[in-house]
Amino acid sequence: MNFELNKDLLFLKEMIRDLMLEKVAARAAEIDATDEFPWDIKEVLAEHEIMAMPFAEEYGGTGGKLLPLVIALEEIAKVSGSVAMILGAQCFGSAAISMAGTENQKQRFLPGLASGEKLCAFALTEPNAGSDPAAIQSTAVCQGDKYVLNGTKRLITQGNLADVLTVFAKTVNEKSGDQKLSCFLVEKGTPGLNVRSLEEKIGLKGSPAAELFFDNMQVPAENLVGAEGAGLSIAVQVLEKMLPVAAAQGLGLAQGALDFAVQYARDRVQFGQPIGKFQAIQLMLADMEIKTQAARYLVYVAADKYDRKAHDRSKFLAMAKALATDVAVEVSDRAIQVLGGYGYIKDYPVERMYRDAKIQQMFISTNEIQRIVIARDLLGRDF
Amino acid sequence: MDFSFSVEQESLRNRWKRFVDEEVRPRAAEADKNHRLDPELIKMAQELGLFGTFYPREYGGAGLGFVGLCLMLEELARGCGSFALMFAAHQGIGAMGIYLEGTAEQKKKYLVPLVKGEKISACAVTEPDSGSDITNLKTRADFQGDHFVINGTKRFITNGDIADIIVMFASTGKDKSGRSRMTSFILEKDFPGFSVRKIEDKMGITASGTAELVFNNMIVPAENVLGKVGEGYKVARKTLELGGRVTLGAMCLGAAKELIDLSLAHAKKRVQFGKPIQNFQTVQGMLGEMATRTFAMESVVYRVARLLDRGEPSTMEAAICKLFSSEAIDVIAELAMRIHGGTGCLAEYPIERFYRDARINRLYEGTSEIQKIIIAASLIKKGVY
Repeated sequence: MNFELNKDLLFLKEMIRDLMLEKVAARAAEIDATDEFPWDIKEVLAEHEIMAMPFAEEYGGTGGKLLPLVIALEEIAKVSGSVAMILGAQCFGSAAISMAGTENQKQRFLPGLASGEKLCAFALTEPNAGSDPAAIQSTAVCQGDKYVLNGTKRLITQGNLADVLTVFAKTVNEKSGDQKLSCFLVEKGTPGLNVRSLEEKIGLKGSPAAELFFDNMQVPAENLVGAEGAGLSIAVQVLEKMLPVAAAQGLGLAQGALDFAVQYARDRVQFGQPIGKFQAIQLMLADMEIKTQAARYLVYVAADKYDRKAHDRSKFLAMAKALATDVAVEVSDRAIQVLGGYGYIKDYPVERMYRDAKIQQMFISTNEIQRIVIARDLLGRDF
Repeated sequence: MDFSFSVEQESLRNRWKRFVDEEVRPRAAEADKNHRLDPELIKMAQELGLFGTFYPREYGGAGLGFVGLCLMLEELARGCGSFALMFAAHQGIGAMGIYLEGTAEQKKKYLVPLVKGEKISACAVTEPDSGSDITNLKTRADFQGDHFVINGTKRFITNGDIADIIVMFASTGKDKSGRSRMTSFILEKDFPGFSVRKIEDKMGITASGTAELVFNNMIVPAENVLGKVGEGYKVARKTLELGGRVTLGAMCLGAAKELIDLSLAHAKKRVQFGKPIQNFQTVQGMLGEMATRTFAMESVVYRVARLLDRGEPSTMEAAICKLFSSEAIDVIAELAMRIHGGTGCLAEYPIERFYRDARINRLYEGTSEIQKIIIAASLIKKGVY
């Protein structure tokens, strides 16, 4: 058994770390302050084929495996949680196409997304359907060669910027009358697709969260992903794949906060010595390191299990997401404590990491839901 | 032990509650966004006598002591943390030093207008290189005939941007063992050589001005020394111990109660998996945690407030109050966020503001780490609990 990253993965990690220091570090505070999507940084990610990471090679990607993706996301989130969201959203919005799309859909959409020229979004959440996707109220009615969609989506990452959206709505089976979720690809500019507002969030600023409103939005039937009624199964698969993505972003925030706290503890002098000499600070730093390392290995294991389609992956994906994002909040919280009053002001990055981490706990699905998934797995499917 | 409040206290609480419902809470989101309190609100507070709750009637106050001040701060903090903080900084630490150590003339000249709300005060100890460690201040006060000349920088001074009167601590030479001797001064913002360099951009309590103050050859008359020359540490310790810690606990308590009420309303209204989320044990567990910590916080805040009102020694107790309340409010704010799920992260709802505001409490007025050291020192000195 070998728990070390191989040469390729180490190379990737270093490449992205250097790139982030060179191109993103100086912009991170500004992105947070202005709350504007960093188009320049998106170009940097595209240019270095980082946007291509979630995609298979035949569609212009670099493979689409999760393990390299989580390593990249950690390095990006160390510097900017908001920038990590650009890559996260590219995976989120495209996963349904990669998993369940037709060859034609893949050819139409994936190369543009892999090159980073186009952006995408995953539109499931509604005002009354967060943890519970079965409660979705948006409807899609089949009319000949098209579907007509009506409804409202909320908290849709990049929903206002996406060139293509993966949208979930209820369809009615004509024979049985059953209402089931179906998945559609909706292109930017489709009549009836409206961005109602952008949410102001506690953190991850510059990564817009949009409220979308579908007003008799017409979607060609060829844009149905998978079979009619297969939406819930597709959504569940996408959400599962995204758990390590959120986890890796949490991991990066934790590592970034820890790195900053360690440097600060070396530099800041109180009572005649660097505060890193005090046990109270040492205990905090040690706890931060213990938790961050534990989270890292669980994230790697979960991503690797996903890539290998291990039978027990679901539980590990849930555990990695819950642990890494909880650790992100805890470690960034302790980093603020190490910095004292300086931790609370915007001259230093740790308060931003703390705000960003909070959202990662809720992103994809809440950590309460992860715990229920884990418990169900422990208790057995027949329980 | 009596934990009940008098009829007068309850009626005052209701009056403050009404003011918060009608005027404070509706302005809180805007204050947070604009980083500024509505001046109209400050005027109303002056008319309501909110600047002098604690102080004896002979100085123009309401004479309600620490219990009364805590009740007021608790209610104000339910509406707006930044607004409550202005009064905590003013009554709890800004004017407190003058009340405790001031001469009759100093009280007449400075305390009375502060208590009446005609002027606003701040307390300035912290420096860029002196946070937890206040024994080594770099701000210097040099005695020259009948006045002092002050040079230095103070940072993280709450109300520093709006204060007319500032109780400030500076080094006045060294003692025999080479340690710097601290002296406290009453400063007027119009003394020449004073300026506000910048206002910090903070994660929370954004409408409370946290200022960096610069003293450049500031001339201060000798009569403005507060207490005795060289005894500034004692003034600082008494001020923080008496006015700083329990008032902070009271504000945490108010925020905690508000967060519980907001979470209860959400948990009742929000339906997932076919039922209100208040029916799920996950959410019930969170509410149970929140209420337990809030109840304990309420007990410790008013127990310590009564102790202070009776003038009993309370170094350890005040530190426990500060430590417990500041840690509890962070847990409570975190749980409120979880109950609210994704919507809790949105500025449209007050939860994220409370969450950001809550985090300051473990940092200012002595970090959690410093409180633990104070508590341990008291214990070690006594040798038993």
